[in-house]
Amino acid sequence: MWRAIFALIVKELLAVLKDPKSRMVLVVPPLLQLIVFGYAATFDLNRVPIAVYDQDHSQASRDLVAQFLGSRIFEQVASPKSARQIDPLIDSRKVDLVLSIDRRFTRDLLTHRPAPVQLIVDGRDSNTALIILGYANSIITSFSLRWMQSHGDPPAPAVLDVRAQYNPTLRSQWFIVPGILAVLTQVVTLMVVGLSVAREREAGTFDQLLVTPFTQGEILIGKGLPGLLIGTVEASVIILAAVLWFDVPLRGSLFALYFGVLLFVASVIGIGLMISSIAVTQQQALLGAFLFMVPSIILSGFATPIANMPTVIRKLTWLNPMRHILIIVRGVFLEGSTTSAFIPEYAAMAAIAAVSLFAAGWLFRRRVY
Amino acid sequence: MRASVERLAGLLRKEALQIVRDPSALAIAFLLPAILLVIFGYGVTLDPHHVPLALVIEQPDAVTQSFVSELGGTPYFTTETFNTIQAADRAFDAREVSGIIWLRADFARQLSSRGDAPIGVIVNGVDANTARLIEGYLQQTWATWLSARSRVLGTRAGLPIEVQPRIRFNPAVSSRDYLVPGLIAIVMTLTGALLTALVIAREWERGTLEALMVTRASIREILLAKLLPYFVLGMGGMLATLVLAVTLFGVPFRGSLLVLTAAAALFLLAALGMGLLISSVARNQFVAGQIAVIVTFLPAFILSGFVFDIRSMPWAIRLITHIVAARYFVAILQSEFLAGDVWSVIVPNALALLIMASIFLGAARLGARKRLD
Amino acid sequence: MPAEGESPAALRLEKVSHEFVSAGRTAAALKEVTADAARGTVTGVIGPDGAGKTTLMRLAAGLLKVQSGRIEVLGIDVARNPDEARARIGYMPQRFGLYEDLTVRENLDLYARVQNVPAAERQARGGELLHMTGLGPFLGRLAGRLSGGMKQKLGLACTLVRIPELLLLDEPTVGVDPVSRRELWAIIEHLVRTEQMTVVLSTSYLDEAERCQRVLLLHEGHLVAAADPVSFAARSSGRSFHVSAAAISKRQLQEQLACTPGVLDATIQGAFVRIVIEPGAQPLPEALPPRGTPLRIVAVPPRFEDSFVAEIKSTPASSPPPAQAVARDKIPAIGGVRDTRPPERQGESASEGPVIFADRLTRRFGDFIAVDAISFEVHRGEIFGLLGANGAGKSTTFRMLCGLLPVSDGTLRVAGYDLRHAAASARGRIGYMAQRFSLYGDLSVAENLHFFASAYRLRDAHRRARIAWALEEFVLGAHADAVSRDLPLGYKQRLALACALMHEPEILFLDEPTSGVDPLARREFWRRINALAESGVTVLVTTHFMEEAEYCDRLAVLAQGRVLAAGDPESLKERARTAQHPQPTMEDAFIALLEAAAEPKAA
Repeated sequence: MWRAIFALIVKELLAVLKDPKSRMVLVVPPLLQLIVFGYAATFDLNRVPIAVYDQDHSQASRDLVAQFLGSRIFEQVASPKSARQIDPLIDSRKVDLVLSIDRRFTRDLLTHRPAPVQLIVDGRDSNTALIILGYANSIITSFSLRWMQSHGDPPAPAVLDVRAQYNPTLRSQWFIVPGILAVLTQVVTLMVVGLSVAREREAGTFDQLLVTPFTQGEILIGKGLPGLLIGTVEASVIILAAVLWFDVPLRGSLFALYFGVLLFVASVIGIGLMISSIAVTQQQALLGAFLFMVPSIILSGFATPIANMPTVIRKLTWLNPMRHILIIVRGVFLEGSTTSAFIPEYAAMAAIAAVSLFAAGWLFRRRVY
Repeated sequence: MRASVERLAGLLRKEALQIVRDPSALAIAFLLPAILLVIFGYGVTLDPHHVPLALVIEQPDAVTQSFVSELGGTPYFTTETFNTIQAADRAFDAREVSGIIWLRADFARQLSSRGDAPIGVIVNGVDANTARLIEGYLQQTWATWLSARSRVLGTRAGLPIEVQPRIRFNPAVSSRDYLVPGLIAIVMTLTGALLTALVIAREWERGTLEALMVTRASIREILLAKLLPYFVLGMGGMLATLVLAVTLFGVPFRGSLLVLTAAAALFLLAALGMGLLISSVARNQFVAGQIAVIVTFLPAFILSGFVFDIRSMPWAIRLITHIVAARYFVAILQSEFLAGDVWSVIVPNALALLIMASIFLGAARLGARKRLD
Repeated sequence: MPAEGESPAALRLEKVSHEFVSAGRTAAALKEVTADAARGTVTGVIGPDGAGKTTLMRLAAGLLKVQSGRIEVLGIDVARNPDEARARIGYMPQRFGLYEDLTVRENLDLYARVQNVPAAERQARGGELLHMTGLGPFLGRLAGRLSGGMKQKLGLACTLVRIPELLLLDEPTVGVDPVSRRELWAIIEHLVRTEQMTVVLSTSYLDEAERCQRVLLLHEGHLVAAADPVSFAARSSGRSFHVSAAAISKRQLQEQLACTPGVLDATIQGAFVRIVIEPGAQPLPEALPPRGTPLRIVAVPPRFEDSFVAEIKSTPASSPPPAQAVARDKIPAIGGVRDTRPPERQGESASEGPVIFADRLTRRFGDFIAVDAISFEVHRGEIFGLLGANGAGKSTTFRMLCGLLPVSDGTLRVAGYDLRHAAASARGRIGYMAQRFSLYGDLSVAENLHFFASAYRLRDAHRRARIAWALEEFVLGAHADAVSRDLPLGYKQRLALACALMHEPEILFLDEPTSGVDPLARREFWRRINALAESGVTVLVTTHFMEEAEYCDRLAVLAQGRVLAAGDPESLKERARTAQHPQPTMEDAFIALLEAAAEPKAA
């Protein structure tokens, strides 16, 4: 029996690898997405264009501006001469931030009154706005603390001592690249498995397969295992790329990672086979895969944290295998976690895999006719 | 002329009937946009709210209490108290909390004696963006606490500089207000490029285009009959998203409908041009669908500034974004919704859209012949 | 039919060649074809799949760029003025070019508008077309829900909303049942008569040639002959005979006749073997094997196909069809297949009783009864045919027999099993060859064979032996590494049969096994099937193709899910014998049966 299944798997792999269309599915989207996600999907800012409206023209104000520009995060592109010039600069998106230093800046500093500094930010991209504000705030705070020190003022009673665990320099890439592992593994597995039965239906080979002594269970295994193989290989390639090319640290146990990947791929295969059993043509299968994939990626925590979602949706994400694998991948890569940390995730994915594979088998039996 | 109008009317009627009867057209034109709208309107936001923080206060007193209540007073955090740093660490490792605030035993003493009392903050840096936002919020909270404290104690101001942030256009800094408008570009890409490519590829596949070619209908009429219905559908999608965004999700709309419509029309023309081009390269639905997703949908999602700021990208990718039509439209959208008719944003971007639309449509028109090869 | 005066031909091709480039290789579709079609006639472009018919039709319709040569339509150079030409022609592509999610009325309306039929005329013209095609009752039905015959008529109606001067029909009769075919021909002949229209149509059915005034015979891109069908058929006049022998089976007789020098063609036609001999040869009984057996030889009128086969076989200069080149020597006499069968297998299944047994077999889809209580049985070594139009229920029956579809009611036994419920291993006793030779197109020939060998659980030495056998027997060795998608149709068909026979099944299921294949490949195919049947393999064939029906020992004619008649081909033909039709064909018989079945209802 296993020999025959082995032949089925070999055939499936050959069919996928020899067909230029399927090969394209395996190679082009992953490559594109690795590059695009790896480099484009980032929230880190650099060279943010700013304008400085310095009405004080003092040593202190120049020092403050120098601190801003020394950070490499900000780049001065305009120096408005009047307050009326500020808003148009922002509106036309020439600058994202205007640093406006009041005429009384030095005087207030010296007289121990709060010296006002205005930060005018473009709020159209609110995330960018918040990050810019964060950067600007910390520059001003460190300027303040230094000023207090150098002018013999008593130090601030308390200071924040922030440490970012696991990702001390807060690089987005460390967050996104391990996430790509999950996205791409899902895309590829879903494409391979989801389209395979539809492809055979279209070509008429499916009937041919059904009249051979294969049982339906064997056919399902023969369809599923190549997906497992291809998905795991795809995942391994991205793990290598993450470590060797993107320099993401891999701190935890590889076993924990691969165990998670296997469960994840199994649950995606289940979903893929479900789509495959329902779809009659490859186009329908593609559409089905697309309809599943878009929400599943958006609601996985890949780019937007699940913690920010409303409770109902947060609970729904438990049904999304990608949510779980993302936790595992990031946990293993960055937090250095081991198997024991992921019991709930493993359990959830195993449950999803079991249910979806079972449902696929049931649908398969019903749709065979 | 009348003959031409008559032919066009026949073709348009056919297209309309097909859209209504084709489930995959309905799925792409209506179902997927609805799902996206719900997800982005209700589900997805980049703004952390009620971030769970572990509080470790080794020696609670009035000072620490004032800091804690300052934290609790913001919508950003919810706090949970732990007795020891070890217990907090465990919760942190189990991802039950996203950060730890640690006030050591000598916090109050150090605060009142020589100052610079450290407020230990550990954030989970895995999600760098969220970590950065939490850090920002904490800094704000800390600064507010300092100045409130100095006011109470009557001492000098906490910090010498008082930051007065002013966020134009989106004072509540809600990410939904910029994500939902951007969604219009995605929805229009779906109908304009993906659906158009699919339906034309279907005509190739079924041989109906072949039959049409050997009729009196000119290639211009055949193309026009494809463009018009999906143009209407795309504009309808835009209007529906706009209405829902404003009424259901409370996104402000500060620009003029006219400008938005004009920009949307330009973008849609570019998208339709891409759809036409794709279908003439790939004459089967399967390949056309894949190409459309890869060259139109994904870039519109990732390279348009819809979620990820283009300015954060490395130069090579920034260069690529210049050929993504959605990028120009997203820029206009965000201004139209949140800022208003900012001509300095609209004019250059609309110009870029106009160029792209004419290139794609022109290429599609040139490539279209009443021939199969 | 000469056109009046000096009016030029409706279609004229001068040295037209056409090549396609795919995956870096160029394939010639047409080679220096020079031909014409006179006004007011029906010209048939005839040839097997891949002969270049569609390329020719598309070139004439201006859908392909003329690469070399010159094409004139109604005196217009198509390369120069495609639009002017298109305005005057009607064109129906393969699969009819219908919008399947539009109704009959909407399709007609669309084409009427696109062809600028004035609104005032539209109504009258539409009514006329509906009357002509009999589509009136189905106005509101989606085109996708129509039967093949109705689709074809709707497709035709759509090209006729404005009467074209030249009507180009690309394979209008593919997948269409004989009754609809006949109706289509009636419409075409009517149009030619009343409207002086010129019709050029392509087909792979040789028997349709006889309805054309002129035939352009294409084979692998070459114009083999351009003639009127009667005189073309007459080329083999005096050389066609029916042979029968009492002592040996018709299959053995055919096999031996086929190997006789001087015999160009030998096919089974009901109870007889039809032979075509070389010019000048004498069909004397003593010249024909088997020597000593009394033969009855009757001269019969020549058929178009006789001349076609004779023509191709006697001109081996231009690339001879590969199938034929080897088939002669390679196919051993009967038993070649049997020799490799392990002997004990034959004894095992030789138990008494039918191998396939169906009793009141019924299949319902919702309210619709696709198969209505049909009964038949097939015995060992028999070739049994399910003959019927599209939608008659033959595919449904076939799928139930193979275990691909559950039975709603009734009893079904295949080799003693109901394949639906039997253990998977029971399926190891059947071989299955699907329509259009469904193999894994991306896999090479050898990989396909390996896969099916493993699928049927063949082990090690046995598997190697069977794969070697398949490569040898089906002359696939030279193509073992070729991607099967790129094989010529004849080779695909052989590979499909090889895969189906990998495990030496007792029962072979064939679904429309030779549609679209050239006549020579069809002959080769049936020689193999005959040999298998002789060795005891039971064969079940579905077909709507009358020619294939002739090869069967017994037939069941299906219509609307019921068996209209069953019996051997001769007895079925006998029923249609009338004074006007002393020599009815299988198609005549089939249509007579359908008409007879319809009459009681009408009365």
